[in-house]
Amino acid sequence: MTGDPHKISFRNVSKVFGEGANAFTALKNLNLDIADGEIVTVVGPSGCGKSTAMNIVAGLTEVSAGECLVDGHPVSGPGPDRGVIFQQYALFPWLTVRENVAFGLMLQGMDKQERNARADHYLELVGLGDFGDAYPKTLSGGMKQRCAIARAYAVNPSVLLMDEPFGALDALTRVRLQDQLLDTWSKDRRTVMFITHDVDEAVYIAHRVIVLAARPGRLQQIIDVDLPFPRTEDIRLSPEFTAIRNQVWRAVYHRDETAAA
Amino acid sequence: MSVMNDIDMAAPRREAWRPGKVFWGVLSFATGIGLWWLATVLGFSELPDPFTVLGRIVELALSGQLWVDMGASLRRVLIGFILGSALAVPVGFLMGWYKVARAIIDPWIQFFRVIPPLAIIPLAIVTLGIDEKPKIFVIFLAAFLSSVVSTYQGVVSVDRTYINAARVLGAKDRTIFLRVVIPASTPFILVGFRIGLGSAWATVVAAELIAAQSGLGFRMQQAQLYYDLPTIFVSLIAIGILGLIMDRIVVRAEERLTHWQERI
Ligand SMILES: Nc1ncnc2c1ncn2[C@@H]1O[C@H](COP(=O)(O)OP(=O)(O)OP(=O)(O)O)[C@@H](O)[C@H]1O
Ligand SMILES: [Mg+2]
Repeated sequence: MTGDPHKISFRNVSKVFGEGANAFTALKNLNLDIADGEIVTVVGPSGCGKSTAMNIVAGLTEVSAGECLVDGHPVSGPGPDRGVIFQQYALFPWLTVRENVAFGLMLQGMDKQERNARADHYLELVGLGDFGDAYPKTLSGGMKQRCAIARAYAVNPSVLLMDEPFGALDALTRVRLQDQLLDTWSKDRRTVMFITHDVDEAVYIAHRVIVLAARPGRLQQIIDVDLPFPRTEDIRLSPEFTAIRNQVWRAVYHRDETAAA
Repeated sequence: MSVMNDIDMAAPRREAWRPGKVFWGVLSFATGIGLWWLATVLGFSELPDPFTVLGRIVELALSGQLWVDMGASLRRVLIGFILGSALAVPVGFLMGWYKVARAIIDPWIQFFRVIPPLAIIPLAIVTLGIDEKPKIFVIFLAAFLSSVVSTYQGVVSVDRTYINAARVLGAKDRTIFLRVVIPASTPFILVGFRIGLGSAWATVVAAELIAAQSGLGFRMQQAQLYYDLPTIFVSLIAIGILGLIMDRIVVRAEERLTHWQERI
């Protein structure tokens, strides 16, 4: 860590895809600071640049203008300090569940016995202790995503970037995984940037909800979620939760309400 | 197997025996041969009857001729196929991985792909002589062209998310190539091998018909000169069976190597 108190900073970040007549501004002048240990969720209409913003932090996409800092340093390419969990799981189908989780450790040169032990530890953590030898094709969607989470955790990143990680899952599994994420967070306090389409999910797990607007993708509003941790069912069902949820909903879906009326 | 037996014993006579795939296959085959026999006995056809052909099989097998012919054809196919695939895989990877390599090599491959390998034979004989070389060369070409295309298709169609997933875990190009691109394209490569082996086999037989002093194709061609229909039948059957066996071997290897694939 340097003098910068922020874990992740977007400084006037713009991203343009394509050139000339085909140029498309996916993100325009985004300014955003995310504190160390903070959980922010990012919501907004489809195509507003949520994935683009996350891929910039991950180092998978380069900025067109401005800069993105992680720990005060400009991002230059991906690295194991930033774990990414993709919506499509992206497990390697040719590797077993254990080998998937151990993949990042293997890249670090850890010997097989040690990395398998580490992998098993993380599989245990996400409730897949018995599935180490299985191949991904035999897992359900929820199990695949838990395996992907274990794979990201295994290299011990200080930032978790999650792009609609629970989007493809049923409501019950989703709630379970949200609680599991918060539970793990309460122990390690990693910084989390979490993209979702689900307003309830966005409010339930976050310190702050970042609302983006589309065309061009830009910051619309930041909504503080003033609810205590640990988050529980009671909180989820409280009037305070509902009030914030409604506020986020309006910011995402009804921003033109006054104009249209 | 043992599980099946257990179930059978636990619930005897639960349902009537239902003929399976093997039963229908055997039945269909037996019927076909029956019709063949009938056609020849009733004089509908000039063809030799099944028993004459069987007799010739035994005769040629005992004299060793059949094995020599099969050996000669197989040898050519295997040498040509192995050389062709061995070159196709690295070239295919090169084309899939480097755009420049693709731009340079692809036009040649597209061009040679539309020329039937057999059309190369006259050229190959003139330039390579009349021994084994021209035949092995055309088989090599046939196998190479089918495998190279599928290998490079495999590489270019590797899902971006796998590559990104590896990169965010810290993988560099070399590792991505070895640990992601190669396994992810293996199913494509094996499909290419299967097609390649098929076209190599088709090519060898045809090449032997045109220019050879040994092999199943040559034997057929000789038999044709002497109106020896049973021997032609024996060669055809041998070609079919060997082709089938080679195809099964590749399919087995495919199942082994890509068991992790989701199959619909
Ligand atoms: N590689 C690319 N080339 C060209 N345009 C792109 C590229 N990636 C994204 N875009 C465009 O940039 C815009 C933002 O895309 P992005 O994937 O960030 O949206 P998103 O907010 O994640 O949407 P969704 O909610 O549907 O996932 C989209 O209009 C998309 O078409
Ligand atoms: Mg997206």
